[in-house]
Order: sequence, then C-alpha cells, then structure tokens
Amino acid sequence: MPPVGELGMATLAIVIVGGIFMAAHVPRTAPLVFPAVMLAVAAVLLVVNLVIMSRIKPFAWDVFLRVAGWALLAYLVIAGMLIYVFTYDHTRGSELWLLIGMLVIFAVDVPLMIGFTVARYQDVDEAGAQPAPVAA
Amino acid sequence: MDVVDESAGGVAVEAPTAPPPAPASGPPGPAAGPPGGPPVVPEFEIVPLKGLPIVAALLIFLVASIAGNWLWALDFFHVAGGGLWTGIDLFVGLVVGPILGKLSIQGRIEFMTRFMPKMLLIMPTLVTMTLASGWQLARHLGNLSASSPNHSWLVASYIVVGIMAVIALGILEPANVAVLFELKKPRPNGERIGRLMRRFIYTAGITGLMQIATLVIMSRVATN
Repeated sequence: MPPVGELGMATLAIVIVGGIFMAAHVPRTAPLVFPAVMLAVAAVLLVVNLVIMSRIKPFAWDVFLRVAGWALLAYLVIAGMLIYVFTYDHTRGSELWLLIGMLVIFAVDVPLMIGFTVARYQDVDEAGAQPAPVAA
Repeated sequence: MDVVDESAGGVAVEAPTAPPPAPASGPPGPAAGPPGGPPVVPEFEIVPLKGLPIVAALLIFLVASIAGNWLWALDFFHVAGGGLWTGIDLFVGLVVGPILGKLSIQGRIEFMTRFMPKMLLIMPTLVTMTLASGWQLARHLGNLSASSPNHSWLVASYIVVGIMAVIALGILEPANVAVLFELKKPRPNGERIGRLMRRFIYTAGITGLMQIATLVIMSRVATN
C-alpha cells in the first residue's frame, strides 16, 4: 500500500507546526511568511496524497467515501467551532484566513486517514467490488 | 469452520493464531478460544447513536461558555476535560491494555464491541472541550501575552499537544474505527484486530504519558 497514512500524518504535523507558530505570537500578529509556507506545503502534500490514493486499485472506495464522509462532517463541526473561537477573539484579515486554511486542511486530512485505514482492510476483487456477504 | 450464531445475534470470528500481546514486556500468551466453537461477535453500533445528543449538549454548552465568557464554565471544561482525557488515556494504555491481552478471544471481542464505540465519541469530545476552553481561559487570564511568566510554559504545552494530536488523529483514531469495521465483517480477521488493538493500546499509553507532561506544565501555570 502507498504511504497514504504517513503522508497524512506529515500533512497534519506541518499544519500543526504552522498553527503553533501563530498561537505562540498571540495576541500580537505573527509574521505570516512561515505559517503561509507551512500551509502551502501541507496543501501540496494533501493533494499529492489524494492523487496517490486515487490510483490504488483495487480499493474499497464505497467504504472509504462512507467512513470519510461521516468523519468529515464531524471534523467540519470541530473546525467550525475553532474558527468561531478565533473570530470571537477578534482575529482578522490574513491571519484569520491562514488559520481557516489550516483548519480546512485539518478537517479534510484526518477523515482521509480514518477512511483510508478502514478501506484498506476491506476485501475487494480486482474490479473493486466487495464480496457478497456470507449467507446465513 | 466459522458458523453464524443467530441466537447470539452475532457472527463468528476467525480466531487469530496468537492473541494480541499486552503492552507490558513479556511474550504473548498461548492462543485461547471458547471451548465450544469459534468466538461470536455480538451486534453493536459503530457509532453509539444514543451518545450523540450528549456530545451535542456538551459542545453547545461549550460554545455558550465561550460566547458568554463564563470563566467558571471554561475552567470546568478545561480541568474536567483535561483530567478525563489524561486519566482515560493512561488507564486504557497501562491498565486496560494488559488486562485485555490476558482475556480469552471471546472476552476481548465482548469488551471491544462495547468499549470501542464509546471511545469513538468520548475522546474527540474531551479533546475539543479541553483545547477550546483552554485557549479561552488562557486569553482571559492573560497567559497568552508574551510578557506573561506563563507564556513559555503555554508554548511548551502547545508543542506537547501538537505531538499528541498527530499520534492520536493519525494512528489511534483510525485504528479505533478500523477495529469496529473489521468486527462487523461476516468473517472478521482476528490477527488484524489484534494488530490494530495493539496499535490503539500502545498509542493510548504513549499519549497518556505525554499527558503527564501537560499536567506538570498546567500545575506550573496554575501556581505561577
């Protein structure tokens, strides 16, 4: 299996480093170059990971989409709450957009890892179809 | 041969060739299964739906606390949430894990099908509560300011929590969900379940130990 989980963890780590850098400067405005670079690198890694995963054959895509879809809903709620906290604390402008970008990557990356970990262990035939359930 | 046990409402499991070893040092015990046949997986929900209203209520209360600047509530969420998060991680990693390794296959399955779904809701809720309220608390108490004597301790806690987040979200939670899906299969793979559970237990223990560092930091902040 390609290193989707490992790439996912690297993406998450990079986003977190950028976030910690910004948090460590609060309430002052952090220099934005470093977190912007972290965000860009994380975004590239995420896209690369999605491309790599799209080429896995066979793969239980129906299971992946089901698991990742529900996980995405949960993590969008969490990311939304954190965006609310930042806006409530009067974070504005480029700083806010960078944080939103990081939270979007977080909200997509974690469900990707969860969905991939579940789907990789599902049995599929070469056509990508799952076997029929065993009759009672 | 695996048999679907309709009376138990569950399915049989391909028993692994060896049970998952406990996190403590020592060789794994001998394979053990129920004397009458292959283990049976009881019916269970991957996401316990009855728990969702509780999660929703807590998160709504959290948002209200933030919006209303209720310091007592933020303190409650942060202390209770952080304490439970740490306690559960340590308890699971250092107590439950070794016990689980010594149970029979059937015993482990019975435990996992009841325990893992609850953990799927409990841990992300506790983490969200703890971190969101902690940030707001730090803002109210002036600890975020670079001139605060607690500032460097807080940055240290960000780093510790950041490392824990990568481990928990990248390894622990996916393993949690994967175990539940494996148990839902008509013929769950016991060896795979054992491998994933080892991953879950070990990472819970590691994050629990890192949580001790967070507790030390928070004690310093509280008394500074």
